[in-house]
Amino acid sequence: MEGFDKLIEYMPNLMEGAVVTVTVAFASLAIALVLGLGAAMMKLSKSRASRSVATTYTTVIRGVPDLVLMLLIFFGGQIQVNNIGAYFEWDYIDVDAFTAGVLTIGFIFGAYMGETFRGAILSVPVGLLEAGYAYGMSKWQVFYRILVPQMMRHALPGLGNNWLVLMKTTALVSIIGLHDIVLKAGQAGGSTRLPFIFYLFVAFAFLVFTTVSIWLLNWLNRRYSVGVRRA
Amino acid sequence: MDFTPIFENYSLYLEGFWTTAKLVSWALAIGLCLAVPLAIMRTSRNPLINGPVWAFTYFFRGTPLLIQMFLLYYGLGQQQFMIELSQSYEFLKDAYWYALAAFTLNTAAYTTEIIRGAIEGTPYGEIEAARACGMSKAMTLRRVTLPSAFRRALPAYSNEVIFMLHGSAIASVITIVDLLGAARIVASRYYNPFEAFIAVGFFYFCITFALIGGFKWLENRWFAHLRPREQVADKKRHQPA
Repeated sequence: MEGFDKLIEYMPNLMEGAVVTVTVAFASLAIALVLGLGAAMMKLSKSRASRSVATTYTTVIRGVPDLVLMLLIFFGGQIQVNNIGAYFEWDYIDVDAFTAGVLTIGFIFGAYMGETFRGAILSVPVGLLEAGYAYGMSKWQVFYRILVPQMMRHALPGLGNNWLVLMKTTALVSIIGLHDIVLKAGQAGGSTRLPFIFYLFVAFAFLVFTTVSIWLLNWLNRRYSVGVRRA
Repeated sequence: MDFTPIFENYSLYLEGFWTTAKLVSWALAIGLCLAVPLAIMRTSRNPLINGPVWAFTYFFRGTPLLIQMFLLYYGLGQQQFMIELSQSYEFLKDAYWYALAAFTLNTAAYTTEIIRGAIEGTPYGEIEAARACGMSKAMTLRRVTLPSAFRRALPAYSNEVIFMLHGSAIASVITIVDLLGAARIVASRYYNPFEAFIAVGFFYFCITFALIGGFKWLENRWFAHLRPREQVADKKRHQPA
């Protein structure tokens, strides 16, 4: 089959794109986790100001399409950053597609993660945290030694769902010109005039990512629920 | 910041809004009609009925909507038979139909799984009661299972509607002038991407919250009999760290 030969021929190209896609996904996941934890802690904090900042963040992000935010940060951010830069007499700053894509996706999923973490934190018994304080642990020690490991079990299902959606959202970075697997397939499909087979390949690549992720998530879920009795 | 170009081009935005609204509501309506029978098939124990539907939903839920749209628009649109077809049917050259097809199949897949989950969550007592009243399988489905499943599916379905609205923004990538498409035209004509995209983001935000409000109202109506008589909120719960 002609299409299949072309697919093999372009395989190194497509693999390069796949690496970019996976890199974008993991980099944005890291940002999303940090932002999500921060947003969750702010939502649960006693200060009204930080509660309302976090609520505004999660509400606005979830009300606007991801592509709009991405274009806003990529095209609009470029201009704004340099307007600010001109004021402080910085050199021209280039907001590249990778930075814009990772920041946007991380920023968006930070809001979703925030909701997940908030629920998970609430399901950790307060006694555990109090016990930590009673041992003389600092706030930070209680946070990373007790709260995070305890809430992970509750957060994992929601976190896994967010990860699956995040991975699919990375396809959008091709629109702002990042050479991910989608853009590479588009170029290959354009020059060989066989777009169908190349996009089909990308679809199956995403299915593989999804399937592997589901396996890993199930495994993690089992690990984190070791101490829990199941009916 | 200068928003005058956006006010001057409000008719372009309105036109875009109209395209988005048409695209999303048709996709949702057709998708829902497809999803109900598919969900019933998906609950079947026969692997020959259940299997193909599972494969369909797995494919469409496991791949990005963008790829699905590209597959139809670039992939299918370039096949010889489609080129020949579009010579006799002029409308097949329009990107709109490819986007609509992709959105419809995508939302059908997600909705199928939502309704399947709701059908499987039917309390068994309800079905037993229907059987005890002498209802046939089809009548049980029509009178008991589906009405109660639709109620239970509503919260998840309202999320799906919002996702569809937000997902539809990618239609602008294949030359359709939807809401985002209008913003992109304004952004490139006036070189004011910041203002143009902020305005369109605000527009989407308003539509999203209007929809959420609408669904809240529907839920209140449909779940009136399930509303707790007194709110037992655990607001007093101690705040951690």
